[in-house]
Amino acid sequence: MAKAAPRPSASAQPAASLNRNQACWLLATAIFTLGPHTPYLPAWVTALCLALLGWRALRLWRGQLPPHRLLVMLIAISACAGIRIGFGQFFGKDPGVSLLAILLCLKLLETKAARDIRVAVLLAFFLQLSIFFEDQSLPVAALALCATLLALASLLALVDTDASTKARLRTSALLAAQGMPFMLALFVLFPRVQGPLWGLPADAFSARSGLTDSMQPGSISRLGLSEEIAFRADFDGPPPQPHQRYWRGPVLSEFDGTTWRPASAVTTTEPSYRPSGRRIDYRLTLEPHNRTWLLALDFPAAGLQGIRYSTDFLALTIAPVRQRTRFDLAAYPETWVGVVEAPGVLSAARQLPKGSNPRTYDLAQRLAAAAGNDPRAVLERVQNHLREAGLTYTLEPPLLGQQAIDEFLFDSRRGFCEHFSSAFVFLMRAAGIPARVVTGYQGGEINPIDGSLVVRQSDAHAWAEVWFDGRGWERVDPTALAAPGRLDSGLSAGLPATEARALAMPDWLRSLRHRWEAANNAWNQWILGYNPERQRDLLARLGLQKPDWGTLATAMGIAAGVLMGLLLLWAQRQHQAHGPLQKGWASFCHKLARRGLARHRWEGPADYGRRLALARPAEAEELRGICAEYARLRYGSGASAEKIRDLQQRITKLKLK
Amino acid sequence: MPHRHAERLLEAASQIILGKDRELRLALACLIARGHLLIEDVPGVGKTTLAHLFARLIGLQFQRIQFTSDLLPADILGVAIFDRENAAFRFKPGPVFSQLILADEINRATPKTQSALLEAMEERQVTTEGNTLPLPDPFFVIATQNPANQIGTFPLPESQLDRFLLRIQLGYPARNAERALLRGEDRRSLLERQQPVISPAELLAVQAVARQLTVAEPLIDYVQALLNATRLSTEFATGLSPRAGLGLLSAARAWALLDGRDHVLPEDVQALFPHVAGHRLHLAGDDRPAPPAALVRVLQSVALGA
Repeated sequence: MAKAAPRPSASAQPAASLNRNQACWLLATAIFTLGPHTPYLPAWVTALCLALLGWRALRLWRGQLPPHRLLVMLIAISACAGIRIGFGQFFGKDPGVSLLAILLCLKLLETKAARDIRVAVLLAFFLQLSIFFEDQSLPVAALALCATLLALASLLALVDTDASTKARLRTSALLAAQGMPFMLALFVLFPRVQGPLWGLPADAFSARSGLTDSMQPGSISRLGLSEEIAFRADFDGPPPQPHQRYWRGPVLSEFDGTTWRPASAVTTTEPSYRPSGRRIDYRLTLEPHNRTWLLALDFPAAGLQGIRYSTDFLALTIAPVRQRTRFDLAAYPETWVGVVEAPGVLSAARQLPKGSNPRTYDLAQRLAAAAGNDPRAVLERVQNHLREAGLTYTLEPPLLGQQAIDEFLFDSRRGFCEHFSSAFVFLMRAAGIPARVVTGYQGGEINPIDGSLVVRQSDAHAWAEVWFDGRGWERVDPTALAAPGRLDSGLSAGLPATEARALAMPDWLRSLRHRWEAANNAWNQWILGYNPERQRDLLARLGLQKPDWGTLATAMGIAAGVLMGLLLLWAQRQHQAHGPLQKGWASFCHKLARRGLARHRWEGPADYGRRLALARPAEAEELRGICAEYARLRYGSGASAEKIRDLQQRITKLKLK
Repeated sequence: MPHRHAERLLEAASQIILGKDRELRLALACLIARGHLLIEDVPGVGKTTLAHLFARLIGLQFQRIQFTSDLLPADILGVAIFDRENAAFRFKPGPVFSQLILADEINRATPKTQSALLEAMEERQVTTEGNTLPLPDPFFVIATQNPANQIGTFPLPESQLDRFLLRIQLGYPARNAERALLRGEDRRSLLERQQPVISPAELLAVQAVARQLTVAEPLIDYVQALLNATRLSTEFATGLSPRAGLGLLSAARAWALLDGRDHVLPEDVQALFPHVAGHRLHLAGDDRPAPPAALVRVLQSVALGA
């Protein structure tokens, strides 16, 4: 084989101009980075960014050079002016992000050299981070991750100009994966601040749909079609049966003829009942509803942290729930509550406005007289009446006038749970028995993927409580009288077939929804919900009791150091995955390279040996011998661990003058 | 002692063809690897002598076919002639039924005739009139080719070139060798008197040994990397085929055997690579065969693991 002159330098970079490939990667990075920002940027900023990126793509397609510097400068200055006018200032989150977005697009337009790409990628990284100011949901995080991978690939395109698209994406994914342990260590150990991750005050006060603290016809059926999640519950043991899943919301005692409102109740740090019976432990993850009620399962255990108890057995938070929050709760569903009840509460539970719904009032009088004024017998007669009155449970009740209960019971006979509960409570009160409306949620659906119970707005419900001397408050669900399926199988089972069909969902869609919600739940629980308390708990479990900033910083340093060491070790192993023979040969080559006799990377051992022997006649024999032995062991058939060890020793002992 | 046989053969050959040790060694390696040899050079540098010499040294049955533009396939393969006595056709084998064939100036014949020989080379058998007749073993073709730019030639297409394991060039002899040549006896008479050094059976034995030589995994990796480098390089129109890779390995085995080793080294592969790849690779853009410098660039682009 002809030994040629040194090979032409293949690493000679083409002139500082950007090639198409690099520009394409950068463009894709910018699109993925700015994409999630568009809903939050002012329309004119979005339009400008789109125009600039389109211009860039057009120039790329036509192979044109960057536009004139002055033109770019002019656009930049006008954009700054636009932001100053539009926002009134430069400082703050929104003008900052807008400015950065425009600058990224402009930078793309004027990229000429590798340096420009690095700057643009750094800008892109920052913008990928800043999207979390606005939205921390799973899809946005996934998009941001895609953008990060593309940004890494753009950087790689600078180094390795002729890798394939697939190879480049693989390398950037590998790089990101190598960064993952560091990210995890920082995530776990970095001191948390109170408040949601990335939370800014502006996020907190958005209006939320959900239960309100009053009830009138239509206020709950309005929620019937909303598939929005109200809260989730994860039970430690088996979840309670569907007919036990009553999640208590506002208790409504005051009635003015059309609207039910809560009576004033006192809140204390201890419940007014003694929990007894079976205990159910669960965790409730409440979606923000901007209210203080907790929607706990009846009846909350005593001594729960951060919770106050009202005298109508509602669990309340101290501040309105304005972000998704997790509560560790327990319930005693078999507890008797209100056995000893304040007279004020009982009189409020008997009160009715004068002259309201006279036909219903008369009906109650008749039923009570027939039952001989025995409260239990009255209850039975009222229930029987509701069951046999030919009432229909429907999501589309007709509009009712002033005497709503009369119209419902005697004329329209069609209603949703609020109609049933208010009619029932009215009847009981008219018969002289204390009763009140309880709103909240009933039922929920177990997600088979992660086993958590998902309760949606459509599970909103209203039921009733009746007070009996010696028993206290007892739950009665009048809706169940007309629609027994409602309790066990959810809303659609209770509705007439024509209405239920509209709510039905194909199985595959339902299962897809389960998966998606489970993934979202995990994201919310473990990533977004990692607050100072959970960090403290986790660190305590790892043996760090009440760490301060210093301890955390040390732990972070140690973790990063250990991870870096492991990564280095892994990289080294990758490098010399060849075993002892190759290691020995490498050290031999290294030894001679220091004497100015480096092996060409394509040079075979025998050729190298001959060259070495010529260059160093004094040690010719030994050098050739080592090379020949290596060639035999590597390419022959008689290699053994022993021979390899001998060769290694020979190499170690080799002394070059 | 297969190695000894080869050594004796080379020694005797270098007595007659002076100063061409490397070329002789390559030709012998091709013979041992059961491949066919293409010699490309101007007339008068000893191409014919080389073919003759090998026939003599091994005692092979020798035929020379001079390719001309009016040569027909039947002139090579043979014809069926009518036998009056038996009232039947009888196949009269052509010159291809020999152990060593010199196909002189192969690119002077028409492509049809060229392909008749080349197919016989590949199949090691001849099919005429529905009868398949095997060719003798050993069977070795040495084809000579004038440089393509001479008038009245039909350059061999790439698919046909692929059937030659190695391509060598003899080139003018070195100064001293040429002087000895000019002073010395006529080569032809020397050839006539040359006695066989080994027998065809011994050659077959040597070929069998060569096939058994150790090829370690790292070497296969290396060959694969070389093939891949030709495929990825933008310099060539197309990369090397797997058949070229197999040829490279078997030629490297023969080369290692000639060196007296029982295993193949990367150096063997590197030595043979230009001769295996030279006629198979063409430059992208124009149709010129790859120049040696391009082949060296391929070799130097592939690192040997360490």
